[in-house]
Amino acid sequence: MSATDFEALLREALAPVEPPADLAVRLEVTLVSLTEAAQEELDTWELSAMRDPRNWVRPAAAAVIGVSAGTALVVLRVRARHRVRKQRSRNAVELVERTFQDAAEEARRIVRRK
Amino acid sequence: MVQQADELPSGKADIDARFTELYKAHLRDVYSYSYYRVGNHHDAEDLTEQTFLQAYRHFERALREANGRPLRPWLIRIAHNLAANFYRDRSRKPESGIEDAGMISDLHTTESLVEGREQLKAILDGVQQLPDDRREALIMRFALGMDNREIARALGRTDGATKVLLHRAIRQLEGMVAEPAAPAADSDGAPR
Repeated sequence: MSATDFEALLREALAPVEPPADLAVRLEVTLVSLTEAAQEELDTWELSAMRDPRNWVRPAAAAVIGVSAGTALVVLRVRARHRVRKQRSRNAVELVERTFQDAAEEARRIVRRK
Repeated sequence: MVQQADELPSGKADIDARFTELYKAHLRDVYSYSYYRVGNHHDAEDLTEQTFLQAYRHFERALREANGRPLRPWLIRIAHNLAANFYRDRSRKPESGIEDAGMISDLHTTESLVEGREQLKAILDGVQQLPDDRREALIMRFALGMDNREIARALGRTDGATKVLLHRAIRQLEGMVAEPAAPAADSDGAPR
């Protein structure tokens, strides 16, 4: 028998096997229920996470840190221009006014960037 | 618009749709592989189911890492690993080859092919007696129609090593079918 003949026989012997129809259905049902279970798990987790006060700490801390960092940045930048404002101001009242304007402008700039 | 195979999915629904495509395209491949590995329909169904569940868990990553290459070798590799666990857990190999000898008669309806049927049965028995790597290579090539490169990826070998593996598997099987009573030996005459 030639090699080609033997390979043809081998191909015949190892013919593809059709899966039973109910396997396809069962598998699809399992996959769909897995997807749904994962989605439900996620939804439930999000809701319960919102209800649980222990999970409020992190967002609250993030907000506090964000505000503090922003404030520190405004103070630093306003301070950095103190000498320029002093030179341009004719008196103490004008210096205070310029300082407030500078601080407000800096805060607006930071908010816009966020 | 038809999505290109190498395009990455953009969301969960997209991933699920891509997985459905993969599953529909390769259910028969995975089932055929499983069937010829474990030798009966019941375990083949279990193995197929486990393979797709495992594939689903890691599908997103597989898509990313495949770089547009076909995912069939990856699926078959999952089935291969699960089948290895299956044997390890049960501490056994298939006892008597393929359970469903009737399957052969379904494939060969002409009455005059009685001798041919015997030959096919001998080939199937021989396949079950081959060393694991040779048997798997033959299943992938002849039952699934995979080319050398795909088989190499599924078995984690080089293309060259896979070509040699297939060649030796065919020669060994040919020897076994020609002399069914003789003990199994390599094509070069060395006993396994």
